Amino acid sequence: MTAVEQAPVADTTDVAETIDPASGQLDKLPRRHSVLRMSEVRAAELMDSDPIDGENDQTMLMNMGPSHPSTHGVLRLMLELDGETVVRSKPVVGYLHTGMEKTAETLTFLQGPTNVTRMDYAAPLFNELVFSLATEELIGMEVPPRATWIRMLMCELNRISSHLLFMATNGMDLGAVSMMIYGWREREQVLRFFQKVTGLRMNHNYIRPGGVAADLPDGWRDDVLALMEMLPPRLEEYDILMTGQPIWRDRLQGVGVISQDEAIALSATGPILRSTGVAWDLRREMPYLAYPDVDFDIVVGSYGDSFDRYAIRLNEIRESMRIVHQCLDMMPEGDYRAGDAKVTPPPRARIDESMEALIHHFKIFTEGFKVPEGEVYVAVESPRGELGCYMVSDGGSHPYRMHIRGPSFVNLQTMPHMMADSLIADAVAVISSVDPILGEVDR
Amino acid sequence: MADDTETADTETAETEAADTEAADQETAEEAAPEVETAYGCPVTYSRGQKVIHPSRGEWLDVAVQLLADGWNMCVDVTSVDYLSYGVARELPAGVNAERFEVVASFISHSRAERIRVRIQVPGDDPTVGSLYALYPGSDYLEREVFDLMGISFEGHPDMSRILMPETWQGHPLRKDYEVGVIPVQFKAPAGKGSE
Amino acid sequence: MTLITNVQDQGLEGLDHNVITAPIEQLVNWARARSSWPATFGLACCAIEMMATGGSHYDLARLGMEVFRASPRQADVMIVAGRVSQKMAPVLRQIYDQMMEPKWVISMGVCASSGGMFNNYAIVQGVDQIVPVDVYAPGCPPGPETLLHAITTLHTKIETGELLQRRQETGAGANLTVEQLDGQGVSQVVQIGKKA
Ligand code: SF4
Repeated sequence: MTAVEQAPVADTTDVAETIDPASGQLDKLPRRHSVLRMSEVRAAELMDSDPIDGENDQTMLMNMGPSHPSTHGVLRLMLELDGETVVRSKPVVGYLHTGMEKTAETLTFLQGPTNVTRMDYAAPLFNELVFSLATEELIGMEVPPRATWIRMLMCELNRISSHLLFMATNGMDLGAVSMMIYGWREREQVLRFFQKVTGLRMNHNYIRPGGVAADLPDGWRDDVLALMEMLPPRLEEYDILMTGQPIWRDRLQGVGVISQDEAIALSATGPILRSTGVAWDLRREMPYLAYPDVDFDIVVGSYGDSFDRYAIRLNEIRESMRIVHQCLDMMPEGDYRAGDAKVTPPPRARIDESMEALIHHFKIFTEGFKVPEGEVYVAVESPRGELGCYMVSDGGSHPYRMHIRGPSFVNLQTMPHMMADSLIADAVAVISSVDPILGEVDR
Repeated sequence: MADDTETADTETAETEAADTEAADQETAEEAAPEVETAYGCPVTYSRGQKVIHPSRGEWLDVAVQLLADGWNMCVDVTSVDYLSYGVARELPAGVNAERFEVVASFISHSRAERIRVRIQVPGDDPTVGSLYALYPGSDYLEREVFDLMGISFEGHPDMSRILMPETWQGHPLRKDYEVGVIPVQFKAPAGKGSE
Repeated sequence: MTLITNVQDQGLEGLDHNVITAPIEQLVNWARARSSWPATFGLACCAIEMMATGGSHYDLARLGMEVFRASPRQADVMIVAGRVSQKMAPVLRQIYDQMMEPKWVISMGVCASSGGMFNNYAIVQGVDQIVPVDVYAPGCPPGPETLLHAITTLHTKIETGELLQRRQETGAGANLTVEQLDGQGVSQVVQIGKKA
């Protein structure tokens, strides 16, 4: 890490002074000066220049990442430090920019989920879901109830595995390495079920426009029940290991606090918003799939600190398990994908018998299906917040434009505010509790 | 801030365009009084979702009204390049189709509703007023639009690239920017005959 | 010292402890293969599988590799796990240059190996354009089994000394490709239509 002492950096343009803050939400951000706005060129210059001697008010510019064990992949942080205190900070992203939105324009609607599933790789099914929902909304098609319930079941299991991943990395970042091992252990069990259903452990391409790729395999119910039996005692274990433990509490409570106004002004969603006491969950407020039919609670915090966000995620696992149980009870029989011959390929058995089915199958996979023109925005509640998909179609078989609103990307904006005036060790706790998945940030 | 942009707009080469646009809108409103409006802009419904179409000049005033009216979170800002859009675009009467479109989505927590705003932005002057002062959460989203689509937001404190390297040339999501496919060369596996 | 005098005096009978004799080179290679510490270079989805390999079920510790080193100075193997963007490429090369010789590179996943499905402006079409690659692990993502296979392949090559030699001659990586062992690569017959 390069670190050179420098006088306070003065080249930030803070528009806040030129705009009347009273008219907007900007004045709801008391810590807005903690956002470091500096180009990499300027930062490099400062880092290379000699420190100015004999000044007491010097701050230090430090670079953290993009290859750093506690930055969750390839997040880079530019930190302006005063001693060990973070004065200002700037998350630098883009190190994983994959051009997926551009690639999406060259893939058909049927191929689309393959692409988007690689965005938020901790919760791939949600990406597929939001893409499929947007496509279905554009076509105006209905999916059969069984498909809806399978989607819901798989997504809730995915929420569990994603939060388990959070538990693991959060533990690792804060030095609770045994938690990391436990988190992976439990996640592995969920992944095993995914592999059984979708063929892959991650990046499933399972939820597709029109339904899901394949029906649940035989014995799925027992597998899910086994998971549901395995998890509760393990969650109890986490509670003993971490929730009630004084060291853990000291590391997280009162760290990375964000107020309700700040969270809303910064467009934060998901556990960050809920940790400030706003009971906002798209599954409840703007229901999709069959969420109105299931019973679950929204977990909210009250202090807006890292501990609340940890506790929310832990308890969301429990809520998801409740939903999974209800999915088991209510799973309807029927088709697992729409019978709409234009969108879904014909059943395998028919291909052997009928020439038309074969041609049709061929056409769907080579040309794709056409989607009526229009534009639509669909959002689902991913483990990280509002995952939105804005899709424009020009009537062809490829999306004209596909934009994903990644919750991690937007939530990242809260980071400088949460880190302001905290120690650099707490900055790690903050990064961890925002739980960004860089694949989704950079897309 | 809003006034600034408006005057800035009219000062630029956009004067005539803005005038005709405004005139168009008036006539449209006179001719078809049943056109639904909200916040002084025409409203359309796209697959049941409410969309309003302010002009570039009105945009920030509309945003002020949106905030005052309880649309308390700006969830998304994105953009579309309609350069090669083959079919006619569905726009309400009085709204001139331009090359770019900036699309912002807002949410009201109290009413649990969404509203979307589509602003036409001409290709030869891709600028639009920034939401930053009103909705600071639009910060990164606007930078992303600037980076990938090359539309700059006036009044944003840091209009710089966010995803691409700072020295990158061009704006990848524009339709006239190549996908950048590199042809794949397949090598025959060792031992198998290759011509 | 007594050991040597004993052997000098009495021949092999003079050994009263277990002793292994081997060329020093072999011993060094053996030691290298059994404690090749990886540098953390998790980039995307593959990184999650790499971390899962380090988890309790697959237990990378069995291969002496559980210590993921954040500092390239302490690492021997770089597992490039995930897609390398144009913005990341210089960083990757810098980290590679900072690693001590001898060093090896495993390219994990199709993205790192060839760009994978992302053939576009943003992604480097194969990490071998930036650093020499010794073992390619196919898959998207390669399951932990595949990664372990790649690692053991590398270990064998290190132990036999093959890899060191080859690198000296050409400066390029060994370019081995392993098979995908996690069952995700084979296309299985999926019963489409009715539930079986
Ligand atoms: S190979 Fe697949 S899993 Fe690995 S980084 Fe690329 S897209 Fe992700």
